[in-house]
Amino acid sequence: MPTRTSNTYTVSPFSNKTFGVTVSKMFKKYGRTTVLRDINLEVKPGEIFCIMGPSGSGKSVLLKQIAGLEQATSGEVKIGDFDAADPATRAKVHLALVFQAGALFNSLSVYDNMALYPREHHLCDEAGIRERVMHTLTILSLEKAARKFPSELSGGMKKRVAIARALIMEPELLLYDEPTSELDPVMSATISEIIASLREQTAVTSIVVTHDRQLAFSIADRIALIIDGRIRAIGKPDEIKESKDPDVANFLNPVIDLKNPRFKQLDNNHE
Amino acid sequence: MNQIKTVLEHIGGTILLLVRSLKYLPTLPKQFPRFIEQCYFVGYATLPIVTILSFFIGSVLALQSGYSMENFGAKQFIGTLVGLSMARELGPMMVAILLAGRVGSAITAELASMKVYQEVDALVTMNIPPERMLVLPRLAAVLVMMPVLAIIANLCGWYGGALVCQYTHFISVDSESYFAALKHFMKPQDVIDGLLKAEVFGFAIVLVCCYTGLNTRGGPREIGASVTKAVVTSLILILVLDYFVTKILL
Repeated sequence: MPTRTSNTYTVSPFSNKTFGVTVSKMFKKYGRTTVLRDINLEVKPGEIFCIMGPSGSGKSVLLKQIAGLEQATSGEVKIGDFDAADPATRAKVHLALVFQAGALFNSLSVYDNMALYPREHHLCDEAGIRERVMHTLTILSLEKAARKFPSELSGGMKKRVAIARALIMEPELLLYDEPTSELDPVMSATISEIIASLREQTAVTSIVVTHDRQLAFSIADRIALIIDGRIRAIGKPDEIKESKDPDVANFLNPVIDLKNPRFKQLDNNHE
Repeated sequence: MNQIKTVLEHIGGTILLLVRSLKYLPTLPKQFPRFIEQCYFVGYATLPIVTILSFFIGSVLALQSGYSMENFGAKQFIGTLVGLSMARELGPMMVAILLAGRVGSAITAELASMKVYQEVDALVTMNIPPERMLVLPRLAAVLVMMPVLAIIANLCGWYGGALVCQYTHFISVDSESYFAALKHFMKPQDVIDGLLKAEVFGFAIVLVCCYTGLNTRGGPREIGASVTKAVVTSLILILVLDYFVTKILL
């Protein structure tokens, strides 16, 4: 937990406390469209849990329910013993979400983006905030970008700033929404390393929504695969790889068939 | 039936936003820099356009009333007419319309863009309530700045009228007589009533614009739609509130 001291932030970047997540019998509907159906999963404290699935399968919607940004139509989402949808939970659990597009505050510099959380929660004075912000920026090799605005950053830098902004919250639960989307392979590998090393250093529970197979299989302790709003497979990376479910196999190893292209099948399905 | 339901939902949502924002009132002193920034934005940045428009509204009012009143020899009351009209009605109304167009649209665009690009969601996950950081300082700023803007609008309108009365050949009422008539028939309560109206209009505009911005759904296209919706709603609200507030104050 971040603690208030006379002039500095506590040096330890994270508390020892970390939370698991339990989702039970959860459904999510938007109007008449059911996006998530009967979702049941348990993420253990300190685990890296990847949620994979094709585009539009409901991965990010599930993450929003866990983050408490939306309320499930039915069922339950718990962070530790706390209801994720209850706004009071955010005061009890330090939850950080790394958004797909970064969601950095465009009117603020990188430094001010980072300093917003400690300033708003009056965690320490400006000298302490400065020390903490620069320390976190250094961890992610962003110290030279402190005075820049989000519009001046590349996609990879925005993602790293978003992660840095999440770190400064000293999270007890860290959620990532497509952390490697729109990034080149080298930057994707860097982000994967950051996620894995953060868990190594801090034992923080991390839930990563991604459709990047390489990322998921290299860092995840367990993976859940969502297709059409349902969990189709859940288990360790090796178990998922060996899944006999044809849809799971098709998602993990799509074969490019030029003689019988997939988009033609989509057209036929539409008709 | 659905439309009525939607309107009621919006009214409920706006009231809820107000209640949630007022809950954070004790945090306002700690947000002083943000409050000052909003005062600058609402007040100082709106001042030039308020000054110019009110001056010309006062001038046109004097010109029109001078032209009509000359026929029945009531030119000496032009000062009263311009003074009362500006203080009780036109001053607060013009400031409110300008506020809706200039400040309201900017507030909606900013908050809608923050909503669409998930900056508001980021605040929520950081346990920083958007009502505290984004709404409360704006509401406080408009409450402080609206009376100031309304007084400036009144003064500019009065002086615009005086100038026209003095230098228009078919009116030819000198400034002394104009202001004497203005003072003789006007009570301080007239000005206070006008300032009260300005407060009500400003508060309603900022609240509606914050609500519309924070409830924007979809992509960049919806930001424009939200701005239009907020400004149109504000303009309608100004006129509706004007009737009821006037009725209460008279």
